[in-house]
Amino acid sequence: MTSVIQSIDYFAIAPPLALALTACVVLLLDAFLPRGPRVRGTLGLVTLAGVLAALALLVAQAVRGQTLATFCVPAPVACSYVVDHITLIFAGLALVAGVVVILLSMEELAGGEIPVGEWYFLLLCTLVGAITLPASRDLVMLVVALELVSLPVFVLTALRRYDGRASEAAVKLFLVSVVSTAIMLFGVSLMYGVSGTLHLAGLQQGLVGNPLAQTAVPSAALVLIIAGFAFKVAAVPFHSWAADVYEGASLPVAALLSVISKAAGFAGLILVLVVAQPLTSGIWVPLVAVIAALTMTVGNLLAMRQAHAVRLLAWSSVAQSGYILAPLGAGPDGAGAAVVYLVFYAAMNLGAFAVVMLVSRADSRLGGGTLQDYRGLIFRSPAAALALAFFLVCLAGLPPGLAGLFAKVAVFRELVDGGVAWLAIVMAINTVVGLYYYATWTAALFSPAPSGAPELPRARSAQVAVGVAIAVVATVVFSVSPQLVFDVGSLSALG
Amino acid sequence: MTTWTGWLTVALLVIPTLGAAGLFVLHKPTESALKAYGVIVSGAALLPAAALALTFDYGDAAAIQHELNAPWIPGLDLRFHLGVDGISLPLVVLTALLTFLCFVYLLGARAVGRRRELVFALLVLDIGMIGTFLALDLLLFFVFFEVVLIPMYFVIAIWGGPRRRAAAVKFILYTLLGSVVLLLGLLLIWSQTGTLDIVALAGAHGAGLPRGVQIVAFIAVGVGLAVKTPMWPLHTWLPDAHTEAPTVGSVLLAGVLLKMGTYGFARIAIPVLPDGAHAVAPWLGAFAVVGIVYGALACLAQRDLKRMIAYSSVGHMGFVLLGFATLTPVGINAALFGNIAHGLITGLLFFLAGAIKDRYGTADMSALGGGMLGRLPYLGSLLTFACIASLGLPGLAGFWGEMLALLGAFQPAPGLSRPLFLVFMAVGGLGTLLTAAYFLVMLSRVTHGSPGPLVPTDGTDVRKYEYSAWVPLVLLILLFGLWPKALLSITDPAVQTLLGAR
Repeated sequence: MTSVIQSIDYFAIAPPLALALTACVVLLLDAFLPRGPRVRGTLGLVTLAGVLAALALLVAQAVRGQTLATFCVPAPVACSYVVDHITLIFAGLALVAGVVVILLSMEELAGGEIPVGEWYFLLLCTLVGAITLPASRDLVMLVVALELVSLPVFVLTALRRYDGRASEAAVKLFLVSVVSTAIMLFGVSLMYGVSGTLHLAGLQQGLVGNPLAQTAVPSAALVLIIAGFAFKVAAVPFHSWAADVYEGASLPVAALLSVISKAAGFAGLILVLVVAQPLTSGIWVPLVAVIAALTMTVGNLLAMRQAHAVRLLAWSSVAQSGYILAPLGAGPDGAGAAVVYLVFYAAMNLGAFAVVMLVSRADSRLGGGTLQDYRGLIFRSPAAALALAFFLVCLAGLPPGLAGLFAKVAVFRELVDGGVAWLAIVMAINTVVGLYYYATWTAALFSPAPSGAPELPRARSAQVAVGVAIAVVATVVFSVSPQLVFDVGSLSALG
Repeated sequence: MTTWTGWLTVALLVIPTLGAAGLFVLHKPTESALKAYGVIVSGAALLPAAALALTFDYGDAAAIQHELNAPWIPGLDLRFHLGVDGISLPLVVLTALLTFLCFVYLLGARAVGRRRELVFALLVLDIGMIGTFLALDLLLFFVFFEVVLIPMYFVIAIWGGPRRRAAAVKFILYTLLGSVVLLLGLLLIWSQTGTLDIVALAGAHGAGLPRGVQIVAFIAVGVGLAVKTPMWPLHTWLPDAHTEAPTVGSVLLAGVLLKMGTYGFARIAIPVLPDGAHAVAPWLGAFAVVGIVYGALACLAQRDLKRMIAYSSVGHMGFVLLGFATLTPVGINAALFGNIAHGLITGLLFFLAGAIKDRYGTADMSALGGGMLGRLPYLGSLLTFACIASLGLPGLAGFWGEMLALLGAFQPAPGLSRPLFLVFMAVGGLGTLLTAAYFLVMLSRVTHGSPGPLVPTDGTDVRKYEYSAWVPLVLLILLFGLWPKALLSITDPAVQTLLGAR
C-alpha cells in the first residue's frame, strides 16, 4: 500500500531548513527593528548564527555517519534528497565559505549604502541552494537548487546601487545565467525524454531499454547539461563574464561567486557525470579534458595581462576551474582529485579575496585597486601582506604554500595515472604561466612603495581580519596535514 | 627502519626553522643583534651536521644511516623519509658550512638594508637546501627542491645589483619550468612503480619499469635537474642570477643550489632509471662537453668578474655531468667530487669577487686595472689561489673532479659507444686548457701588472671576518686536493651500490 503522502526526514533537511528560517527571521527583523548602525551589526550576527547552526546540524549528520535519504518514491526506490559523503563535503565547504563571506559582508555593509536585510536574506538563500544542490538526486531538484544559488546573486551584485559597473555586472550575470539555465533545461528535458526518469539513480537503467538511447540524443543532452554547468564554473567557452562581473560586484559577492557558486557548479557536474553516469565515460571524458585544457590556458593568459587585482583574481579563478576539471578529464575516478583540489582552492582563494577586501577598505577605494596599490604593503600592514603572499604562493602551488602544491600533485597524479599525458603537459605549462603573475603580485607586496605615492592608511577591520584568519588557519592546516582533505575526498567514499 | 639517531637529521631542519620563526618574536632587533643571531642559529645548525659526520659509520658508507621514516600524507603515499649515505653526507656538511660562513661574512659586511628579512630568507634557504640532500622520498625531495626558490628569488630581487628584478624573474621562471617537468617525471615513476621511496626504487635498479617509460622519465627528470645544474643550453638564467645576486646569494647559488641539480642525478635519475640513463647518457655527455667548451669561451669574452665566475660554473658543471654520463664508478665519483670541489672553490671565488666589488665599487675587469697583488696583497693572493684551484691545478681540489671525469670518459660503461666518449674526452680536455686560459688571462689583467688608475674606495686588505669566512674554504680545498681519498672513500661505496647489479 503506497501512500500518496511522502514522509519527510526532517533531520536530513535540517541544515537548509535552518538557513531558510534564518533568512525569514532576518527579513522580519529588518522590517521591524529601527534603522541604524547597531541593527546592521545585529542582522549580521543573526545571519552568522544561522549559518553556524546549519553547520552544527551538518556536523551532527556527519557524526551520525549514515546516509540519509528523503523525498523518495517507491518501486523502484529513488530519492530526491540524499545526505551522503559527497553532500557533506560540498555543504560543509559552502557553509564555511559562507561564514567568511558573511564576515566580509559585515564590513561591506558598515558603510550603510546597501540595504542590509535584503542583502543577508539573499545571501542565505544562495547558501540554501548551495547546500541543497549536492544533496539533489533528481534532475529537477538539481536545476531548482542551481537556480537558487544563481538568482539571488544577480540581486546581490546589483545591490551596490548607483554604481554603473555594478548594474552592468548584474545584467551580464543575469543574461549569461539565464541562457545557461535555458541550455541546461533543454538538456535535462532531452535526458528525461530518452530515459523516462528524472532520478539520477535511474538514468542509466532508463536508457538501457530505449531505442533512442542508441542515437545521438542522450549524448546531445549530456553535452547541453555540461554546457549549463560550464557557465556556472566559468569554464571556456562560457567564461567571458567572469572578470567584468567580479570587478563590478562588491568583493564579498565576488568571493561568493568564485567559491560557493563555483563549488555548486562542480557538485552538479560531479553528480551528473560521475554519480549518475547516464552514459559511458568514453563520451564525456574527452570533452571535459578539452574544456579543462582550454579553461586553464585562456584563464591564465588573460590573468597575465591584468593590472587590476580583482580582475586578476577573476581570471586566475577561471584558470583554477580548469585545474579542478582536469582530473575529470582523466575519467570518472578523477572526481576525488577534483574535490580535493576544490577544497584547497576554496580556502586559498577566499583568503586572497579577504585580504584584498581588507586592503581596499583601508584606502577607501572600491573594487580592490590595481597591483600598484599593493606595492610596499609589507610596510603598511605586515600581517595582511604576509597572509596575501601566502595565499598567492599557495594558488601558484609553490612551497611554502604546500596546500596548493599537494593539490596540484593530486591532479597531476590523476592525469598521469589516467594516461592523459597531453593534459598533464598542458597543465604543467599553465602552472608556470600562473606562477608568473602570482609571483609578480607577491613581489609587489615586498617592494618599496613608489616615492611620491600617497601614504595609505593601515588596513583595519576586525570582521575581515577574522575572515582572513579563518582562511589562513585552514590553509596552514591543509599545508601541514593535507591528509585531512585526502581523507574526505577519497575515491571510495565518492562511489 | 627509523634509527634513534634519526633525530639528528630532523635537528638539521628544525634549528633553522626555529631560527626563522624566532625572528618574528624579536622586537625591533638592532643590526648587531641580528648579525649575532644569524651566526648563532647557523652555527647551531652546523652542530648536528658535524655530529652526523662524526657518528657516520664510514665502514658502511653505502647504507642509508641516521634514517627517519614516518608517514606524512598517506593519500599521496608521501612519507617523511630522511637519511644520509656517502653521497649525501658531504653535501649536507658543505651546505651547513657554507650557510654558516655566509652569516660569518655578513657579520662585517657593510650596512645591509632589511637585515632581518635577509636572515629570514637565508635560514629558509638553508631548510630547503639541507632537506633536498636528506630527503629519501621522491615528493619530499621535490618539496624541498622547491622550497629554495622563493627565498632565493627575494635574495636576488631585494638585495641584488642594479638589474636584479629581471634577473630574479628569469631565475624563478626558468627553474620553475624545470621543476614542473621534474614533477611530471617523478609522478611518472610513481605511477609505474607505485612507490615514492627512493631507497626501494634505487634498490630495484629499474626492475618493473619498461625501457620506454624509463627513457621518458629520465628525460623529464633530467631536464628538470639540468635547468638547476645548469646544463648547456638551459643555463641562460645563471649568468644574470649570479651576477645580480648579492655576495651571499651568489655563494649559496653556486655553492649549493647548483649541486641540488647534480645530486638529483646521483640520487634519483641514474639509480632509479638505469635503462633510461643508459639510453640518454650519450646525449647527456654531448651537452656536457658543449657546456664545458661554451662556458670556457664565454668566460674569455667576459669583462665582469662576477659574470666570468658565473660562466665558469657552466663549464665546471659540464665536467660533473660528463662524469655522470659515463655511468662508471670512476665517472660518478668524479662528478660527486667535482660537486664538492666546485662548491668550495666557486663559493670562495664569489666571496672574493664580492669583496673586490665592495672595495673598488665595480667588478669590471678593465676598470679594475691591474696590480691588485701590489695594492691589496692578501686579497690578490687569495684570488690567485682560488683561480688556480678552479682551473684544476693538481694538488688542489678542482683537479680531481675534472681529471677523473675525463678518465671515466676514456673507459665508459659497457654498452656506451667508446669512440664517442673518447671524442668527449678530447673535447673536455680542450676545455680544461681553455679554462686555464681564461683564469690566467683574468689574473694577468687584475692581479698582475702595475696598479691601474682606479683606487679602491676602501683600501683595507682582507679583514678578520673575511678571513674567518674564507680560511675554512681554503683549508678544505687544500685538504681535498692533497688527500682526495678523504672524500672518495665516502662516496665510492655508495656509488658502487648505486650502479649495483649492472
